[in-house]
Amino acid sequence: MTEATYDRAPRDKASSAEVQFEPSGFLVYTTGLFLAVVLTATSFWVANTSLLWGPGVALGLIVLAIAQIGVHLVFFLHLTTAPDNTNNVLALAFGLLMVFLVLAGSVWIMSDLNHMSGSELMNMQH
Amino acid sequence: MNVAVTIDEVRPDALPSASEAGPAPKRIVVAYGFWIFLLSDIVMFAALFASYAVLVRSTAGGPTGLQLFSQTSVALETAFLLASSYTCGLMSLAVNEKRRDVTYLFAAVTFVLGAAFLTLELREFAGMIDRGATPQRSAFLSAFFTLVGCHGLHVTAGLVWLAVMMAQVTVMGFRANVQRRLLCFSLFWHALDIIWVGLFTVVYLMGVVP
Repeated sequence: MTEATYDRAPRDKASSAEVQFEPSGFLVYTTGLFLAVVLTATSFWVANTSLLWGPGVALGLIVLAIAQIGVHLVFFLHLTTAPDNTNNVLALAFGLLMVFLVLAGSVWIMSDLNHMSGSELMNMQH
Repeated sequence: MNVAVTIDEVRPDALPSASEAGPAPKRIVVAYGFWIFLLSDIVMFAALFASYAVLVRSTAGGPTGLQLFSQTSVALETAFLLASSYTCGLMSLAVNEKRRDVTYLFAAVTFVLGAAFLTLELREFAGMIDRGATPQRSAFLSAFFTLVGCHGLHVTAGLVWLAVMMAQVTVMGFRANVQRRLLCFSLFWHALDIIWVGLFTVVYLMGVVP
């Protein structure tokens, strides 16, 4: 069976014909582990230190988590921007859109409702 | 357009494009389908995360996250799960090379680390329930146990799956279908670690930040 150029399974490696230099799988996983450990340690430090501006801590933690999820996707799940990975990345983008809509939508609507006074809530029923 | 000329211009050594090569190999189709399942699983977790975020302050006079969560135990759980994700990656490298003994070794390490994670999590749950922080106590605790417990159930399923896969490798060897299942398993295990990153950030770390 011919291996198509533009298709690749998630976590798949590129066929050797396509790339001149490819780091060994062991090196990729170890780099990923190193980056993930650094980001996790930073997250725990950020949550416990008093050196940082309090209100910024939650935002900082979210940024660190997104960075670590990126590290996991690239180094453990081998997601790349190469054309043979388009299908996987498109599916991921759609999944992330759903995640964003569910999270941001729920939090937004519910905090709006929490801020409403009793009479405003009664008016909503008419 | 002159089709014959266009075809002549194609370099003879160029690999066929996706449409010319016919259907994709089964391994690619299977892993892509499993990737779609994982994304739908992540969307389900997003709903649980959203309900947790909405209910986190509804403690009904009961204990809050700040009083309940132990950062030491969370740090250990995180370390165990991250290390097991790494050894799972090394196991899939051994599977690619069809080296049976190395596969068994890394599968065993992955299993032990995953089981250690689960033990710590269950001890944490038991400790909370002993102190009266049961799922029935408040909306916050219901959301907490649903979200974290659902991840724990996924890890349990992953451990059972890993044990079944090792039995299959023993009985059937590295056949194509066994290799496809191992590929799906490692996708699943890495995805669980991604969800845990969101979990320890949103539930545990942001829970102890005042």
